[in-house]
Amino acid sequence: MATAVQNINSPEVLDSALESQMTLSMGPQHPSTHGVLRLDLRLDGEMVIKAIPDIGYLHTGMEKLFEYKKYQQGIVITDRMDYLNPLGNNLAYVMAAEKLLGLEIPERAQVIRVLMCELQRIASHMVWFGTSCLDMGAMTPFWFTFKEREKILNLIESASGGRMTPSYFRIGGLMMDLPAGFENRVNQFLRDFPDALETFDTLITGNTIWHSRTKGVGIISKEDAIDWGLTGPSLRGSGVDLDLRKVNPYSGYETYDFDIPTEPDGDVWSRFKVRMRELTESYKIVRQALERLKPGPIKADAPKIVLPDRDDMRKHMDSLIHHFLIVAEGFNVPAGEVYMAIEASKGELGVYMKSNGGPKPERVHFRGPSFVNLSALPVMSEGEMIADVVAIIGSLDIVLGEIDR
Amino acid sequence: MSTLLEFVDKLKEKNEAWVASVVEAYGEVTVFVPAGSIVDVCRSLKEEHGFDMLADLCGADRGPEEDPRFEVNYHLFSTTHYQRLRLKVLLAEDDAHVHTVTHLWKTADWHERETYDLVGVKFDGHPDLRRILLPSDFDGHALRKDYPLRGYEPYSLN
Repeated sequence: MATAVQNINSPEVLDSALESQMTLSMGPQHPSTHGVLRLDLRLDGEMVIKAIPDIGYLHTGMEKLFEYKKYQQGIVITDRMDYLNPLGNNLAYVMAAEKLLGLEIPERAQVIRVLMCELQRIASHMVWFGTSCLDMGAMTPFWFTFKEREKILNLIESASGGRMTPSYFRIGGLMMDLPAGFENRVNQFLRDFPDALETFDTLITGNTIWHSRTKGVGIISKEDAIDWGLTGPSLRGSGVDLDLRKVNPYSGYETYDFDIPTEPDGDVWSRFKVRMRELTESYKIVRQALERLKPGPIKADAPKIVLPDRDDMRKHMDSLIHHFLIVAEGFNVPAGEVYMAIEASKGELGVYMKSNGGPKPERVHFRGPSFVNLSALPVMSEGEMIADVVAIIGSLDIVLGEIDR
Repeated sequence: MSTLLEFVDKLKEKNEAWVASVVEAYGEVTVFVPAGSIVDVCRSLKEEHGFDMLADLCGADRGPEEDPRFEVNYHLFSTTHYQRLRLKVLLAEDDAHVHTVTHLWKTADWHERETYDLVGVKFDGHPDLRRILLPSDFDGHALRKDYPLRGYEPYSLN
């Protein structure tokens, strides 16, 4: 399959397109492109000869902005990247800073981070499931998945105050402890969730139309998937047993009992199956995290980095001074560079952070899973029909906010 | 399983000139590679030492007063032994180009385009080196330290 991307405006491309092929510009407002993605499709009849993704419509210069913000202010920017998985972005960012600072995170904060991230992963997969079905004409699942997602967003809101932009994780711990009754509400969600999963299965998994739309479509081999840098469910759909939560564990993931679902075929159906099975695994992790939730501190013991409690500030002079200094001047981070990668809902979310010793980072780079996964779209969609391109985009689970940054 | 520093030793054994210096910090190993050797080093690590995935490639500007001014970081990952290695190439401002690694890892395509777009490092031999995030008629490279946060003038799509 041809994979070289050439300039769509070059004379050769335009001339050859006049002969028997046509060029179709899909997007940037096409609803199935999950944001503002434009695809230049060169078609022979309905078959895609060449697909060239055109991105950047949502570019807001976030990586530039990080260099002008203090470390703690950067957390807010990360929410706006992959807006379906903001807690994952928070986690990658704060863990990169914590690695530079050498902070030790208390047990309770670790457990809450895992708990919230897995809830967020379920919410992110709910959006993927609903919208990718919607793209292919199955409207019903959308209403069911968004009902479940709503429950999770309510949980996140009760803990952090924000639904889409929680900024709940802070360098050294959490913004604040979980509210009273949070465990019960999560338990309530967990009680209902298996039924919801069963509903999704009944709606879609056994559906013949769904099978014919997804099986054998958008195939990418194991070797190609690694070559193109695919990660997360998209890679595991090609039969590669790789999950950073297992192989490079962080936040205590090595102590949780869960499996890594993989499917061998590398088509849209395999990626669908992997994500559906991941929902059960995340459910298992949330249950285990809930059992481990014991009272304890939620912030690291580092008064010059972590904001003090309000109560402390009223009683202790030094807490007040620390608070003032952190807010007004920030905290210095030792010079150095780290690359911190976590398993976000879409794949490897890597943060490259470089510090020159001051209160603002010298360089922050986000390796977004959507960015890399989308770059492999041409190799999957060339030779397929236009309608299959929609299915393939859906199966990659991309978020343009993260791709464009 | 070899540790990261053993990989570096093996690289040195093969060709002393490949490794300019090694820094180990925060549990990560950074290998400084001369710009001319990056393709050979990458090929050796990919084919002989199992680093089959290029997790990330990003550029950085160290500031206009620095020499060498630019750096390109290659974050290699292995899907067999799960270790990560960072290669770093330093580039002078008036000679800011390095050979592409797209023929080793296809994923480098977009990463190199992004680095070219935002930092202004050129990748020789890249099949389609053009801007990716910013519009094609954009002036300058936004992630350079001397590029103002708000740009030079309000950008208009017309």
